[in-house]
Amino acid sequence: MALDKNGIAKRIAQEVQDGFYVNLGIGIPTLVANYVREDIEVEFQSENGVLGMGPFPFDGEEDADIINAGKQTITTMPGASFFDSATSFAMIRGKHVDLTILGAMEVAENGDIANWKIPEKMVKGMGGAMDLVASAENIIVAMMHTNKRGESKILKQCSLPLTGVGCVTKVVTNLAVLEVKDKAFHLLERAPGVSVEEIQNATEGTLVVKGDIPEMSL
Amino acid sequence: MINKKVNNVQQALHGVKDHMTLMLGGFGLCGIPENAIAELVRLNVKNVTCISNNAGVDDFGLGLLLQNKQIKKMISSYVGENDEFERQMLSGELEVELTPQGTLAEKCRAAQAGFPAFYTPAGFGTEVAEGKETREFDGKMYVLEPAFKADFAFVKAWKGDAAGNLVFKGTSRNFNPNMCGAAVITVVEVEELVEVGELDPNHIHIPGIFVQRIFEGANYEKRIEQRTVRQKQ
Repeated sequence: MALDKNGIAKRIAQEVQDGFYVNLGIGIPTLVANYVREDIEVEFQSENGVLGMGPFPFDGEEDADIINAGKQTITTMPGASFFDSATSFAMIRGKHVDLTILGAMEVAENGDIANWKIPEKMVKGMGGAMDLVASAENIIVAMMHTNKRGESKILKQCSLPLTGVGCVTKVVTNLAVLEVKDKAFHLLERAPGVSVEEIQNATEGTLVVKGDIPEMSL
Repeated sequence: MINKKVNNVQQALHGVKDHMTLMLGGFGLCGIPENAIAELVRLNVKNVTCISNNAGVDDFGLGLLLQNKQIKKMISSYVGENDEFERQMLSGELEVELTPQGTLAEKCRAAQAGFPAFYTPAGFGTEVAEGKETREFDGKMYVLEPAFKADFAFVKAWKGDAAGNLVFKGTSRNFNPNMCGAAVITVVEVEELVEVGELDPNHIHIPGIFVQRIFEGANYEKRIEQRTVRQKQ
């Protein structure tokens, strides 16, 4: 069965290692925080100026001055810090953040990503995504494999305006875990009960399948 | 002590005119200069260019200036929270320059720090880099981005004194410190204007040299965009 959004988040959480500073994008990536192992030390960075994000506040304890990049009220963990936007992007651009997890509308086999604009339809802006993808060495994209019409979002070439070029290293979708290298998507894992053939059919870009592909263990 | 204190928001915004470029702090509705925005609406200055990470919501923040058709051009990184903004942009009434968030912050900081421009990897290979100078450093491509030039910066801080020293709270800090001293005149509104000497010099986030005018704001609404909570078990 294909994963739901929480399933994707759960699988991505396995990529988070002890001692990592992690930036989580809006949407599915935000859910990753709920599934990170409790026996490791991880700090979540939000680009609006906080390191050491905690869970949502208890009802009645929310503070308008403490939010995340999704404008949601949050709390902070012991050891947290606040800083200005230029400092926040110094952490990002300066490669001090170990892992960036973000959503996408399209990814291409050369590592290009598009997630900020649909010409003449939707123009919300790139926010911090262009800075994140241009600098991070470890970028995981969380997304659905296909759009609502069943068309692949895992492409040979992006059709939408790009957010960054040649930057995506890993993609986790509702169907598969893919590594992006040598101008192809390399199939690493399948969602439980999903066949290689189903993944192949949902993938427009070049898919490399070598040997037996294991199911994700969630 | 060089006194930066003005008595009210009217004095603070003295000299703001049509066609000026204005910087406004805030991330979403967090840390926006609410008093300055209300005064800009009252002054009804037209054809202004606003540099602000976001454009408010339909009925609050910079959304109020948009509703009033006061803004000619917006320079922002994310504008998804505002239907009127999207309508004016798609219809061509409003000129928009979408800028990566880190670049936006650094264009403020560069103006503050006296750098005319800087190279950033953000946006290389995308439409953001179109028409801009690019250059390779150590095998990686960068885009040359100029510093902002603005007439006024409107900043919101938590506490401040008449010397212009500022302390910010939580994530309402965001772009506010980067905009101090990044415009010809920096106007700061604070929730609490304290006596000079009360702020510990070790704990000041922005020294008063970057500030021209400071006043104590009133009636902060501090609207929350996404109220997310959990229940006590």
